[in-house]
Amino acid sequence: MGEAKPVLDVRDVHVHLQRRLVLSGVRFQIQAGEFVGLIGPNGAGKTTLLKTILGLLTPAQGQILMDNRPIRRGNPAIGYVPQKVHLDPDIPLRGRDFVALGLDGVRWGVPLPRRSRRERVQQALASVRALAYADAPVGRLSGGELQRLQIAQALVGEPRLLLVDEPLSNLDIRNTHEVVRLLRYLARERGVAILLVAHDLNPLLSALDKVVYLARGRSMAGRADEVMTSESLSRLYGYPVEVMRVQGRIVVVGSPDVHVVPPDATAYTSLQDWEVTTP
Amino acid sequence: MRMMGVLDTLCLWLLPPGLLTTPYMWHAYVCGTVVAVVATLVGYFVVLRGAAFMAHSLPKIGFAGIAGATVLQIPPLAGLLTFNLLGSLVLSALSRRGKRDVVTALTLVLALGAGELFLTLGHAYGETAYALLFGQIVGISGPQVGQTLTVGLVTTGLWMTLYRPLLFLTVARDQALARRVRERLLENLFVVLIGLVCVMTVPVVGALLSFSLLIGPITTACLVTRRGLHTLLLAGALGLVAVWLALLLAYDSGWPVGFFATTIIILEYGMVHIGRKAISGRSSKK
Repeated sequence: MGEAKPVLDVRDVHVHLQRRLVLSGVRFQIQAGEFVGLIGPNGAGKTTLLKTILGLLTPAQGQILMDNRPIRRGNPAIGYVPQKVHLDPDIPLRGRDFVALGLDGVRWGVPLPRRSRRERVQQALASVRALAYADAPVGRLSGGELQRLQIAQALVGEPRLLLVDEPLSNLDIRNTHEVVRLLRYLARERGVAILLVAHDLNPLLSALDKVVYLARGRSMAGRADEVMTSESLSRLYGYPVEVMRVQGRIVVVGSPDVHVVPPDATAYTSLQDWEVTTP
Repeated sequence: MRMMGVLDTLCLWLLPPGLLTTPYMWHAYVCGTVVAVVATLVGYFVVLRGAAFMAHSLPKIGFAGIAGATVLQIPPLAGLLTFNLLGSLVLSALSRRGKRDVVTALTLVLALGAGELFLTLGHAYGETAYALLFGQIVGISGPQVGQTLTVGLVTTGLWMTLYRPLLFLTVARDQALARRVRERLLENLFVVLIGLVCVMTVPVVGALLSFSLLIGPITTACLVTRRGLHTLLLAGALGLVAVWLALLLAYDSGWPVGFFATTIIILEYGMVHIGRKAISGRSSKK
């Protein structure tokens, strides 16, 4: 290979959850500035993998390196955007303060009003284009707005790697498109390595640099056109599945989770299609 | 002449003789002020974390502590402190996620039963029980003021220490855990925080109603502003007004402080609620 050192190097990782082998030989690398999709049917172990990268679970075999060093829990170089947050609508907290917690929320004590702190929060808000509602109470924001604040909260500590868990599952097409575009921008312009978890590849297809497909605890990584073929996915699943391309969308037929396109997402089109139809 | 009469009455009512010269009223005012401020701080997290039931129960557990202290003839505050801290520890040790209400309820009932027994054993029915349940202003001694101030300082210190990680854990649990915030430790210390604040509120407003001071002002302030700092400042002001006015009215009338404090807190909530409705109604008509 001889190219740039990977930010994240997942080496043959095996993870047990309650004595069940959930991950058995996951391997892939992410370079700085790469936008990678972690795709797979429900129950394939996507969240387990994220938790392992975060250091919340320990692999039984194999290891994960971040910048060539074994990962540890609480690494500030990893930003994490979890799946869904539930916030009380009456919660007395502004978006700005919510984001600031990503900077120094782990420290004891009351934050001192420093200028550098304010500016970093302001920058993070600007980079996700959330300044318009930065002073609104967080509980009153829409799903898409809150998502952006969560990304800002993960970004404010200037991480080298951003883990984003299912950001698209609760969003409509418009917001999906915007979040994907935002993440792609952050990867390209800021050089942040991004690993995004999704059960549907299609809205992401044109934006991703790489796909890590997870099935039956194992992984297959590469460019989308390399990974998403009947041959390679059949090898991964261990039985024949067929990858079909229908109107610019990829559908995996024969996997345990046939509905790779969830029933409520019939309106999903690929990002390219969507860009064409936008006035 | 008539005017003078009204003013005189008003002055007599607002500044009754002895209000500022009686040492115990001074004590009551100093304690009440500290209590209102600290209750606001802790109440912020009680509301944020949805721990109202726990905040309701701990003062009653403390009540059993005071009753126990009368049996053993030790200072009431010592009994209160012991029971509240013990209660806090028991609650946080036994409660798991989602089961907290059940554990709190059982501990509460047990403590109330014990308190009843202690009152009987200590032959302290009547006066003492009344003071414990509804608060007292006559009985606050000089040393007690010192104790309240000390507990207030400790509580404020603990609150300030916990502030950031506890807020992080409360509003973004997954991120906080990933960043190594220690959930178990923080949850335990949070319960201790409630226990400590109850040690201060019970002697002033009484076990039955001290909960209102924790929840009321913050909830009212949340109606007006949802900026953390503004909420705290406004709630602090509302709490102070309630306590100061309640002490005055209790002195005037001889009725319990707890009654007045709670009534004023509810009135504040009602007035703000109606005022806000009226304002938003007018602006939406435009």
